[in-house]
Amino acid sequence: MKLIFEKSISGRTGFSLPASDVAEYKLSDGALRAAAAELPEVSELDLVRHYDALAARAYGVDSGFYPLGSCTMKYNPKLNETVAALAGFTELHPLQEPSSAQGALEAIYTLTESLKEITGMDDGTLQPAAGAHGEFTSLLMIGAYFKKKGEKRTKIIVPDSAHGTNPASAAMAGFEIVNIPSDANGYVDTEVLANAMTEEVAAFMLTNPNTVGLFEKNIGKISRIVHDKGGLLYYDGANLNAVMGIVRPGDMGFDIMHINLHKTFSTPHGGGGPGSGPVLCKKALAPHLPYPLVEKKKDGRFGYRKTSLASIGRVRAFQGNFLVEIRALAYIIALGREGIRDAAEKAVLNANYMKSLVSEFLTAPHKGACMHEFVASCEKLKEETGVSALDVAKALIDHGMHPPTIYFPLIVHEAMMFEPTETESRETIDEAVAALKEIVAQAKTDPESIKKSPLTTPVGRPDEVKAARKPILKI
Amino acid sequence: MSNLKFSATHEWVDGSGKVGVTDFAAHEMGDIVFVELPNVGDKITAGKPFANIESVKAVSEVFSPVSGKVIAVNDALSDAPELINQDAFSAYLVEVEITAYEDGLMDKAAYDELKH
Repeated sequence: MKLIFEKSISGRTGFSLPASDVAEYKLSDGALRAAAAELPEVSELDLVRHYDALAARAYGVDSGFYPLGSCTMKYNPKLNETVAALAGFTELHPLQEPSSAQGALEAIYTLTESLKEITGMDDGTLQPAAGAHGEFTSLLMIGAYFKKKGEKRTKIIVPDSAHGTNPASAAMAGFEIVNIPSDANGYVDTEVLANAMTEEVAAFMLTNPNTVGLFEKNIGKISRIVHDKGGLLYYDGANLNAVMGIVRPGDMGFDIMHINLHKTFSTPHGGGGPGSGPVLCKKALAPHLPYPLVEKKKDGRFGYRKTSLASIGRVRAFQGNFLVEIRALAYIIALGREGIRDAAEKAVLNANYMKSLVSEFLTAPHKGACMHEFVASCEKLKEETGVSALDVAKALIDHGMHPPTIYFPLIVHEAMMFEPTETESRETIDEAVAALKEIVAQAKTDPESIKKSPLTTPVGRPDEVKAARKPILKI
Repeated sequence: MSNLKFSATHEWVDGSGKVGVTDFAAHEMGDIVFVELPNVGDKITAGKPFANIESVKAVSEVFSPVSGKVIAVNDALSDAPELINQDAFSAYLVEVEITAYEDGLMDKAAYDELKH
């Protein structure tokens, strides 16, 4: 496939403008670039074909099964797009007076209230641009909270099964990281936590269900251990899809959390994003929320709250990724209370169904029922045949599906982490399991053929390390 | 291997000043795909990171069991980082003119004890 720059022909354009009927305005010296920008010069049709070819090579949840564990690649209903495309939302200016943007402010208010209800929290902001940004915002708030209390707390505890963004966000916010090992079954070891939990610790960051797809049954005890030492409990909302409408982080003892709207609330992911990472918190932390925050006034109209002097300030321009927020609101309203709970229950049911089938031919290191995702290990397969989790993942591409997350969580060797989500049918899961089973069988008879996959893609196995370490940029 | 000393962070150093990671570390990291080493002449410090090892799982820092000047690096690793998975005790990372050892280095028996 030719790059758009390689299709460029000097002087070719995709537009035609009428001659200017006003005098040319001369910019001052230094305001103009010295040489013209090197941009591709193509016709409209060249450009259309360029994007169409890219689209044909892309793979998304609209193309097929996408069980990427920990990412909740659920279907994004088209209704969300219809609502977000309404002119009343798309043609607003972010600096418009509140009096002329009442609908948009009400949407922000209603989404914040809905998220408060779903999470059991007291207050929140929609401003952070994605999950890790929400973590970072929360950690700045945690820092501000202890500073105001006059307590010097420099450490954040994370379990060894945590998402890599947890320690990264904590380090960015200036904290020292204390990593604690999970117990043999993948749960928080409460004894280890109790020993690590000193009065220097600001917070313990946890996802529940955790990254191996298990619900931390000791969450009440964990909460007591952390709070007895004056620390805060942080909830990474990455796995909220398993429990929404059933249990609430606020009721489990968590003080502050982020939500990934692009996971749990069906807004687009990755390249189709942008994401959105609202932060919700208990009353004690609310004065430190970023501003501006929307409120409903006594007369029923919407406006901005008076800014708290303890606020950490803005973390992003305007109201965050507003049209993403609209999509999430559309989803929540479409599902309603019962639908939200039903989605979580079906996500857990689908994961357990798939786990029971997969564990017939791959090792599932954690016994018993899982939540919305599960981890299988190819360690035994690799020892027997040399075929690794990476090879199996590549072979799945040739079966027309996106591979699961591999080599995460770090505590399981040759890990494959599946999250089918509630939006997949039994037939889709059956087909995926059949493909996986076929690959594992083939690995035992003809391992070399698996190591050659994928064969159906424009590029087979790019050197991912060199691509990141020594990229060759081509324009 | 009898003259090897081991650190609690899973590095080894031998009598000639060669430094590497243990087979246990290599197995825990999984298939190694890239090794980032210091330059010859760099000073490294006991207990501080001096190299990065990237595996299919993650990028891990390697902590130096000794202080001193790097007098050689194992160039073979740049094309064949998997040598560490194949034989962690011959695939050294760097050779160091040692001025000091990290406190608490262990002999093989003590290190084997630690792994369990």
